[in-house]
Amino acid sequence: MSRLPEEFADLERFTEWCLPTEEERYSKRLASTMAEMQELYDAGMGRREDVMVYLDARFPLHEMPDHAKALMHLMQSVVMVSFPIEVWKQPRVLDSGASYIELVKEPVV
Amino acid sequence: MAHFPKPAAGSWTENWPELGTAPVNYEDSIDPEHYKLEQQAIFKKTWLNIGRVERLPKKGSYFTREMPSVGPGTSVIIVKDKQENVRAFYNMCRHRGNKLVWNDYPGEEVSGTCRQFTCKYHAWRYSLEGDLTFVQQEGEFFDLDKANYGLVPVRCEVWEGFIFINFDNDAAPLRDYLGDFAKGLEGYPFHEMTEHYSYRSEINANWKLFIDAFVEFYHAPILHMKQAEKEEAEKLAKFGFEALAYDIKGDHSMVSSWGGMSPPKDLSMVKPIERILHSGLFGPWDRPDIKGILPDELPPAINPSRQKTWGTDSFEFFPNFTLLFWAPGWYLTYHYWPTAVDKHIFEADLYFVPPTNTRQRLSQELAAVTFKEYAFQDANTLEATQTQIGTRVVTDFPLCDQEILLRHLHKTAWDYVNAYTGNGTGSGNGKAHETTSQKDHANV
Repeated sequence: MSRLPEEFADLERFTEWCLPTEEERYSKRLASTMAEMQELYDAGMGRREDVMVYLDARFPLHEMPDHAKALMHLMQSVVMVSFPIEVWKQPRVLDSGASYIELVKEPVV
Repeated sequence: MAHFPKPAAGSWTENWPELGTAPVNYEDSIDPEHYKLEQQAIFKKTWLNIGRVERLPKKGSYFTREMPSVGPGTSVIIVKDKQENVRAFYNMCRHRGNKLVWNDYPGEEVSGTCRQFTCKYHAWRYSLEGDLTFVQQEGEFFDLDKANYGLVPVRCEVWEGFIFINFDNDAAPLRDYLGDFAKGLEGYPFHEMTEHYSYRSEINANWKLFIDAFVEFYHAPILHMKQAEKEEAEKLAKFGFEALAYDIKGDHSMVSSWGGMSPPKDLSMVKPIERILHSGLFGPWDRPDIKGILPDELPPAINPSRQKTWGTDSFEFFPNFTLLFWAPGWYLTYHYWPTAVDKHIFEADLYFVPPTNTRQRLSQELAAVTFKEYAFQDANTLEATQTQIGTRVVTDFPLCDQEILLRHLHKTAWDYVNAYTGNGTGSGNGKAHETTSQKDHANV
């Protein structure tokens, strides 16, 4: 069964990245290889404009049906992996060693 | 050569001669005894911001705050009473001292809404105004007058929606304490910016070291170099950093900075994701549709030099509250809560105007994600600094003119400690050995 709107069937192979919270997305980033994230990044960046146009034409931000929310969460994961891909060339922030920063409150879509 | 004019005194630092220009001693960040003095002299005596009024939406809304910086176990209840006043109380039942408001784990903060506070132990009840209203089996007690057993209040005042508490009953009123910077910020549309991201981290460094890191941007082109596109990063590093302006008013200070990334003059300056989402470290490029954030609408304390290239202002309200405004119309706060001489809890809170569509939401998402990437770099550098200054191989460190606010912070903290120990007005900056010995003489 598909989780995303049918217009975005090409992104269906990335649905394990449809994660509603930053904590989940960050953990997934740390647990992924650069190759996996590159694939998500390339596909997601290519469809990003289409996604925003599609969602904004159909749903208010806080009244999205599940398949639209899943698409939004996927796009949030693309933002998350943009740092490993565009900046660090590794999953972790460079020289971030022992430190951790926790997002304890966030607006969840 | 300076790109922005400096004061007639020749430098920002010399404009405030009491700061001195000599290397600064960092014993105040590594001596456990000094930390104990700071706790008494600073955290028990100054106004501390513990959040915003949006956390208390209606009558009976409350939250608790653990305040280890003030003393082990110190816990406070903040509540909106029946008249919609914000009040603070020590979180302790007057019967036998049980913690009054908590769930599951006594050390964890909680929030909610209630009509009254009921102790878990023997069901003593307190009104939202702190009055003791019910005592279980009252007749068993001896001459118990409920009027004498209300919750112990903590000073609590609100400025522009920011809730402050003070553990010193003799402290001056909040507005007097915050002074002219706060007055000059009034009217900023804080109340419109309710889309809230809250970060927390335990940092293995003295609380002042993180403030040091955030009141100078001299580090920005170097430590964060990799976060800019290569050509842009090289340009920034060559140019270095110069602030538009610094200002000091009593215990508090500010730095005003340029920043042309929102939107950038040239799209090749920024990363692909920023080009697509119109956002980055300085926030979403497209300003939200509210009043009060355009350059000529900003209150007078923000962008005081009225520079067109203005990008961000950071206000440091002593001791541990940073209020930082970004040109595109959002703000963030930092709090640094010491728990030991070489440990503190760092809190960062980002506040945006609530987005109305996917595009705006994702553009805020990128700003928030970017913030965390930068904060990681800043945080880990601090531990590296703390361990090294702790060796005392070197004790005094040269600070440049762009690090003027570090001098001011350490001097102000010293002034409070000296006032507390009765050692007059000696300052820490540039007079390190003198002030260290003053403290030693106090036998503390």
